[in-house]
Amino acid sequence: MIERLPTGTRIRERRQERGLRQAELAATVGISPSYLNLIEHGRRRIAGKLLANLARALDLDPAALGEGGDGGRLHVLRAAAASVPEMLRPQPEIARAQDFLDRFPGWAALAASQGRRIEALEGRVAELAGRLSHDHDLAQALHQVISGVTAIRAASGILAENPDLDRDWQARFLGNIRSDSETLAESSRALVRFLEAPARAAPLGPSPQEEAERWLDSRDHHLPEVEVGGPLAGPLPEGPAGDLLRSWAARYARDAAALPLGPFAAASREADYDPAILARGFDAPLPRVLRRLASLPPGQGHPPMGLLVADASGTLTHAKMTEGLAVPRAGGCPLWPLFEALAQPSRPLRLKAALPGQGAPRFLCHAVAAPRDAPDWEAPPLVEAIMLLAPLPPGPEAGDRLVGPTCRLCPRKDCLARREPSILG
Amino acid sequence: MARRVLLIEDEPNIIEALSFILTRDGWTVHTHSDGATAAARVKSGEPEVVVLDAMLPGRSGFDILRDLRADPATAGVPVLMLTARGQERDRELALRLGATEFMTKPFANAEVVAGVRRLAGD
Repeated sequence: MIERLPTGTRIRERRQERGLRQAELAATVGISPSYLNLIEHGRRRIAGKLLANLARALDLDPAALGEGGDGGRLHVLRAAAASVPEMLRPQPEIARAQDFLDRFPGWAALAASQGRRIEALEGRVAELAGRLSHDHDLAQALHQVISGVTAIRAASGILAENPDLDRDWQARFLGNIRSDSETLAESSRALVRFLEAPARAAPLGPSPQEEAERWLDSRDHHLPEVEVGGPLAGPLPEGPAGDLLRSWAARYARDAAALPLGPFAAASREADYDPAILARGFDAPLPRVLRRLASLPPGQGHPPMGLLVADASGTLTHAKMTEGLAVPRAGGCPLWPLFEALAQPSRPLRLKAALPGQGAPRFLCHAVAAPRDAPDWEAPPLVEAIMLLAPLPPGPEAGDRLVGPTCRLCPRKDCLARREPSILG
Repeated sequence: MARRVLLIEDEPNIIEALSFILTRDGWTVHTHSDGATAAARVKSGEPEVVVLDAMLPGRSGFDILRDLRADPATAGVPVLMLTARGQERDRELALRLGATEFMTKPFANAEVVAGVRRLAGD
């Protein structure tokens, strides 16, 4: 689960706590009040000197204030609290998680990393339990062993209990025991092979998807070398994460060849980043346009945009998070247009979505679902949903789609989509 | 005339051993190995007791049991269910579907003989 507490929101909250007006704070750091307003509403990304100046003016740690600072940790803390049994007393003070994080960053980091590790371990246990109860090969091997033992036990019982048995029968059961024990030897070897620890156990770190996304995060999801038709510039993570990145880069390359960066960036500005206008103008499929918009280079005046891709099970297969966004890899809020799109493939959806709370993050969402691959007579089409998110000024406003993180962490009452109770009361 | 037991099982050596001990105990033992036709065989053979393995090629013992109980002609025949998995779930399923008794492999010969006798009402 990934969330970044919006930098702008933190700045606004902290400024209001200190009783400062926008104009005062803007003057202190030498920017215009309207520019500060854009920053506070997540419309401009800041870094470097301005971020440091704002942090100093607000008496905050610049690292904590920056994009992707401790927001992730805050979310992991909340998620860890969500898994605490309801009987536990005292319950974690969820409302004061940010306070805890600010005052005890080291302890908070410990709790967050333990929360993540417990989640990973629980996933591993579930995987192993699933293997034991559903694995066909294991069931087969066990069945053969038990059948062999049953036959040998029955035949040897007959021999032992009937010393007067005639020679023909004796020879017959001895022969059966011999052949059954041969089979048993082979099936028990198969069982042992199955139960031996696999040579390469799945690592208990981040999943390959998370690793690949972190790598893309570090590149801001813009790959200049792939834009010009080159291979990915390494070093890439090893194993499945590297494979995921190579396959993403191959798709990126096809997208970039169809919609070259120069003309596409210019047209995007011209169209005010409206994906439908761009799709028409370039005669390009909408999913491709959404992917291209999310890979525009940072720092050239393009608005920050997130991108989520999900398969038909609703599991995220690719994520470019953006400030304030919180969508778990599986089991998210079904009210996101990303999931709605799966119900009507090829129908484009455009709406404003607001997370819970006053001043909570809002996004302009464009979503569509479409078959992922070329048609194949032999295989069912794999439909994939894709959603582009651009931050909006905090809300909510009338007409917003009211979405949430996950049910456990969502305070909305009377939500028709709720499937389990919230820990937030 | 000897009393009839129908043994529905697919492992030849288990069939041979069980046939031997039940025959010695005075039963006429018929055997059947194909799950798909097992229920019809019970109906035509009218055995006094059925010994039914849970894992069979063609059709699982649980499905056969369900068929037997659904047919008025075989709904009352006593069934001793044998399974290689002693899991609680299998036991519950067998009893819910109407197995008269449930025995897990590997069993002792004397247990099977005693079970068949019990089911026949001895």
